[in-house]
Amino acid sequence: MAITDDVLVIGGGLAGTVAALSAAEHGGDVRLVTYKQSTLRHATGLIDVLGYTPEGEGPLADPFDAIDALPTGHPYERVGTDAVRDALLFFDALTGDTYGGAHTDSNALVPTSNGTVKPTARYPVGTAPGLAADPADTLFVGFETLPEFDGPLAAKHLEAAGVPFETRGVTLQFPGIKRADAKVTRYAHLLDWDEAVDIGRGETGARAALAAGVSDALEGETRVGFPPILGDDNHDVVRRDLEERLGVAVFEVPAGPPSLPGMRLEDQLYHALEEAGVNVTTGVPVVDYQAGDGDRIEHVLVDRKGQQVPYAASEYVLATGGLVGKGVDSDRTHVFEPIFDCHVAHAEDRYEWFVDDAFGDHPFASYGLEVDNELRPQDANGDLEFENLRAAGAVLSGYDFAAEKSGSGVSLSTGYVAGDRAGAEVSG
Amino acid sequence: MATDTEVLVLGGGSTGCGIARDLAMRGLEVTLVERGNLTHGTTGRMHGLLHSGGRYAVSDQASARECIQEVDVLQDIAGHCIEMTGGLFVQRPEDSDEYFQKKLTGCRECDIPARVLSGAEARRIEPYLAKDVKRAIQVPDGAVDPFRLCVANAHDAERHGARIETHAEVVDLLREGDDIYGVTVRHDSGPGKRTHKTPGTTEDITADYVVNATGAWAGQIGAMADLEVAVRPSKGVMTIMNVRQVDTVINRCRPKGDADIIVPHETTAILGTTDEEVEDPDDYPEEQWEVDLMIATLAELVPILKEARTIRSFWGVRPLYEPPGTGTEDPTDITRDFFLLDHAERDGVGGMTSIVGGKLTTSRLMAEKISDHICDKLGHSASCDTADVPLPGSENLEALEDAMDEFGLRSPVARRSTQRLGSRSREVLQTTDPNPVICNCESVTRAEVQDAIAQSGSDLNAVRIRTRASMGNCQGGFCCQLLANELHPEYDEETARAAYDELFQERWKGERHALWGEQLSQAMLKYALHATTYNADGDPARTGTDVNFEAFDGGQTDTEAGPSGVVATDGGPRNRGGDQ
Repeated sequence: MAITDDVLVIGGGLAGTVAALSAAEHGGDVRLVTYKQSTLRHATGLIDVLGYTPEGEGPLADPFDAIDALPTGHPYERVGTDAVRDALLFFDALTGDTYGGAHTDSNALVPTSNGTVKPTARYPVGTAPGLAADPADTLFVGFETLPEFDGPLAAKHLEAAGVPFETRGVTLQFPGIKRADAKVTRYAHLLDWDEAVDIGRGETGARAALAAGVSDALEGETRVGFPPILGDDNHDVVRRDLEERLGVAVFEVPAGPPSLPGMRLEDQLYHALEEAGVNVTTGVPVVDYQAGDGDRIEHVLVDRKGQQVPYAASEYVLATGGLVGKGVDSDRTHVFEPIFDCHVAHAEDRYEWFVDDAFGDHPFASYGLEVDNELRPQDANGDLEFENLRAAGAVLSGYDFAAEKSGSGVSLSTGYVAGDRAGAEVSG
Repeated sequence: MATDTEVLVLGGGSTGCGIARDLAMRGLEVTLVERGNLTHGTTGRMHGLLHSGGRYAVSDQASARECIQEVDVLQDIAGHCIEMTGGLFVQRPEDSDEYFQKKLTGCRECDIPARVLSGAEARRIEPYLAKDVKRAIQVPDGAVDPFRLCVANAHDAERHGARIETHAEVVDLLREGDDIYGVTVRHDSGPGKRTHKTPGTTEDITADYVVNATGAWAGQIGAMADLEVAVRPSKGVMTIMNVRQVDTVINRCRPKGDADIIVPHETTAILGTTDEEVEDPDDYPEEQWEVDLMIATLAELVPILKEARTIRSFWGVRPLYEPPGTGTEDPTDITRDFFLLDHAERDGVGGMTSIVGGKLTTSRLMAEKISDHICDKLGHSASCDTADVPLPGSENLEALEDAMDEFGLRSPVARRSTQRLGSRSREVLQTTDPNPVICNCESVTRAEVQDAIAQSGSDLNAVRIRTRASMGNCQGGFCCQLLANELHPEYDEETARAAYDELFQERWKGERHALWGEQLSQAMLKYALHATTYNADGDPARTGTDVNFEAFDGGQTDTEAGPSGVVATDGGPRNRGGDQ
């Protein structure tokens, strides 16, 4: 006997969690099945909607103007501009005062850990004081033991990028960190619980010790950027405590994995799933499916320690990610979607999957499923693969999220629409 | 302006660096110029097989004997550059018994220790060998890190007073009548130690004697003085696997052929190779069929290679040469021996000798013979010590084991670092500053990166060949930016940015040939990290885009907090401190 729900979402990243949440709003039984840790943990927690056009024009101050002009087949074109706006409203309601950017259509430019700026539509409130359009002079603080972020170099790079304020950087020792290979969660933990640290002449709280070092380095700057390690469970308290101690604004500069802002967003999303009554099954892969009557999926098969267990639903959402999340996979001759074997268009010769410039227009970057306006995958002839399957997020084709800076926006919008349509089907 | 030296060596590969070390140790004043990094040409693009000589035991016994002698020498003087993995010549059922016997006899004739193993015995050593492997001959093959060996030679040459000038391309040979007396080099416009001179300038370097050790490029150099050096460049592909499927060098026991070696190398295994003559050593096609052939053919020996993950492929160009009139059709038949072409004897033009052919395993011996020749020419009498004096990093290797734990590094990191640095470990790793890991795939710490920067300047590809940073599974995905960060503040922001760009593009060049399955996924992750998180592709500092910052969201303004205020999480205005 199969485990049965109304809607089954496969994949636990941004697209999958948002799809499950929007499906659950219709009242049916919703289940989310997720295998590995989601790529949210790699991500910055920023919600990029569209920073550059597919032709590379940008950074775009207003993403919505450009969305209307996107070519047929782009995920935003598939769902329509209004759905993008609805999805953002959904996200804003979900994240409440932990995110900024809802007050305007304009993109923000966020300083990155390597000292560039990148356009984004929504940003964690801990990133908000660092926006590049704000002309406040800025001190960037890096730590000797965190080699990804070099404060002085990032400051110089931002200056070269033309930001409208003075930048300066310093490298400090992080109080209480003895080992050069301590994980970022260790830094966050010290600040979360304000642990006692040895400062050579006795012990003091980690926040006070950190603030003392930064305070000495300040030369009139009105805000300070840190790598994203300012607490995890008590992030907001940590940041405001530091602001109070320093008397200036404090923000985090997004960085690569493992990324605490991404993990904080993940925590919020999973908390919301629990609140919404979504059944979450983690740590197991969906490996196959059973076809039913007509062009319908009867059930999918989940691998539980080598045993294939059926999970059935009326509607399915495929949100397994792109090449990174393995929702799209490949061998030496084919690019394919591994669970349902949905059609993935690609060049036959694998030497046409890429171009010679590392940041060139790589065909592989937009490989994925082609879908109709309801986000249902289509085969090579444009016919539906299945009547009760929708796809969302990076598994979709038609866009290069890295070049466009549109990854989380597309995941959010298509997850929202796919979940909403699936939920509407079952609530009849 | 001009500078003068006794001997000028052209080419910073294993031959050139070996000669520079040898002559400098004999007390001559030496300058070496190289147009790119050390190892930039063929040395940095080989499979890393340290030949026992077994490979040449049938076709070229003189070379085979030299190989086994030099393997012994290298164990004494370059222990930190080699790994004595042992090797197998593996016979499949379809391979000739007669050739197997010839190989065995040949090895014994050349004093190469050789032992016959049954298929089952061979599989006990290498469990992933194909089930139907018939027999194998066990020989003392090994793996050599060509970068480390070459850099150690150059480093030691410098310690003996040599000038090593990288990123200095020879643009002309200075010839007057029948005498070559120097070269003109152009210094690269790159920053830092890439050049000791002003970028873009040229420098004349005059010398009593010039050694053309430019390998596959020797013909181009010769042509600058109207001398013909008929080098026949031949390309070969090498494909790098993400793990060591084998811990022993695996050779196919048959007369010749493409795709017949697997060399375990550090954390990877390298598959090699093909042999195809090319016109221009700087411009030849890198083709898909070569990669596919490598995997398909070697999977006959080690079947799991068919499904295994490759991380990149690269091509090298052998400097094959044969005396005029030999007329060999197939490049695989051209001898691997080296040739010393004294242009005085050959062309009546004095002052220069060209070296062509040869192989890495015997490069020290080759350097010795050439140095003898040059000393003879210059009337300089000094004996060669290179076989007896260890290279920097290989002194007192016994003492190293005891020192392994003392650098405050997690033990796997310490083990990898000390393997690379050898006896220099203490000098490099003993630091009181925090020493975080910069490249996780290859366990390279800040101290080792800083040591490499001190040697080679701001060129991160030069740091790469010294440390292996960015050469593992992620191909620099996680460490390119971290490496660039390490350049600052010694080098300025623009230099660090350019160095990152150069390393990133260089890594991509080889990754392109491995883009399917796991590695395509890895490539997308790398692209996404650098484009999405860092916005390296849209960076206004790089694109030169003039951004109108005012048009962008500057945060939700609050009248009480002033124009730069942001509403705090509780909705109230936040005190911006310094504004007031």
